[in-house]
Amino acid sequence: MKLRQAVVLLACLLLCGMRPVFAEDIIMTRSVLPFPEAMLALQDSITAHGYTVSRVQRVDVGLTGKGYKTDKYRVVFAGKIDEIRMLAAHAPQLIPYLPPKISIFAEGEQTILVTLNPEVYADIAGKDVDPVLFKRWESDLRSIFHDVNSAR
Amino acid sequence: MRLICGFLLLSCWLPAAMAAPDGAGLFSRYCAACHGDKGTGGVGVPLALPSFLDSVDDRFLATTIRDGRPGRVMPAFDALSDAQIRAIIAFIRGWVHQPAPAYSAKPVTGDAAHGRALFASHCAACHGSNGEGGKGTGVTFSRHRDLPIIAPGLNNSGFLRAASDGMIRYTLQHGRAGTPMRSFLEQGLSEKDIDDLVSFIRSFDGHGTDVHKSGARLSATLSVESPYSLKDTVENVKQAITSQNFILIRTDTLEHGLAKPGEENPHQVILHFCNFHFLYQALAVDPRVGMFLPCRVTVTERNGKVTISSINPEYLSRLFNNAELNEYCKRMHGVYRDILEEATL
Repeated sequence: MKLRQAVVLLACLLLCGMRPVFAEDIIMTRSVLPFPEAMLALQDSITAHGYTVSRVQRVDVGLTGKGYKTDKYRVVFAGKIDEIRMLAAHAPQLIPYLPPKISIFAEGEQTILVTLNPEVYADIAGKDVDPVLFKRWESDLRSIFHDVNSAR
Repeated sequence: MRLICGFLLLSCWLPAAMAAPDGAGLFSRYCAACHGDKGTGGVGVPLALPSFLDSVDDRFLATTIRDGRPGRVMPAFDALSDAQIRAIIAFIRGWVHQPAPAYSAKPVTGDAAHGRALFASHCAACHGSNGEGGKGTGVTFSRHRDLPIIAPGLNNSGFLRAASDGMIRYTLQHGRAGTPMRSFLEQGLSEKDIDDLVSFIRSFDGHGTDVHKSGARLSATLSVESPYSLKDTVENVKQAITSQNFILIRTDTLEHGLAKPGEENPHQVILHFCNFHFLYQALAVDPRVGMFLPCRVTVTERNGKVTISSINPEYLSRLFNNAELNEYCKRMHGVYRDILEEATL
């Protein structure tokens, strides 16, 4: 075996050995921060990543207003107007899922964040939209979750 | 030259590729959100409970991580390597500093018919009459926090693959301190009774909490064309929401909060609505239900065509691996379908 072939073979073996991180349909993270601080960290990171928080659905407020006992629970919607417009125009089947959202809720003295992997949106959009957009969303979401997860 | 560069690249890459997996890091990434960063539990079971770790062998943990629990929230981490799974288990074991138990692979033999009767009288109250397990997941919405665990689903293909007969027998004999699971010997059952129970549990078909991942055949969106104008359709949807016993919360545009005031597209209208009792029940079943919230129907007008659309909850529910949640999504699918139909009559 020539040296060049050996190098290529070794590289291939290494690539095969390094299994890719599997696609999670639901991305979750936990913050050791109490809910109010974690919520602030989340909104700060969303903004720092260039997205606009369009609305915060106060699920817990609605529930307690109707007499149900619940811990803090919010749904944060965020996006970029040009991307939302592009998606609504090219993939109208995606409109009911827009803008993307993150659920954030208290668990005792800590906080849990949940969101759909944007790969799910890519599946819905199909060939109508360049999947690179959703890959970037996923990367940004993981970065945002990392920010909240590591905030102290 | 290129060859040398290749070697240099490989020499940088090799140590990272060959390094032992970081159990703490893997646990933090894949497990901590549900099980807690110290294994104290939450959405998932409290792994750090000494009576749990003292009674489960590494095969049980590895198979559970690899296969998950179909229909019981715990996903299958089937792309993790054996080395990564071993690293996670070693990290988990580090919480109690006790050696992992080892169980014989020899099947337990007993009288499954007698075990069925014992199961009905001693186990079904917590584990369900068909071994489907306790309701809900582990966070505040579903239970009081003084209970550290939800009774596992025994009639579950993931559980039955992971648990050996010996492990089940040990758990029945000794119980799990710190959980409602008490020693059956202390409750007066004999060793033979316990073997009979093991035989009955082993006779489960494993489909008690199955979820059918048929989402690939489902449409992600429910959609219908309206014969009415945008304005009239919006009013029709409002009435349909009310007739379904839901409360209209708010009406705004898709671009609300994103576009500058006055620059929002008025031909994309979202109607948000809720049934708080239904919501409360759904949150008790799965705290991740926020991914479905708030209930909303979108009315759009494009090229003179008015369309009403919503998410398809049954399409989304397949992502959650929660058989209980599937039932709620089925009901919500019916609500959306009825609203769309009623608004376009």
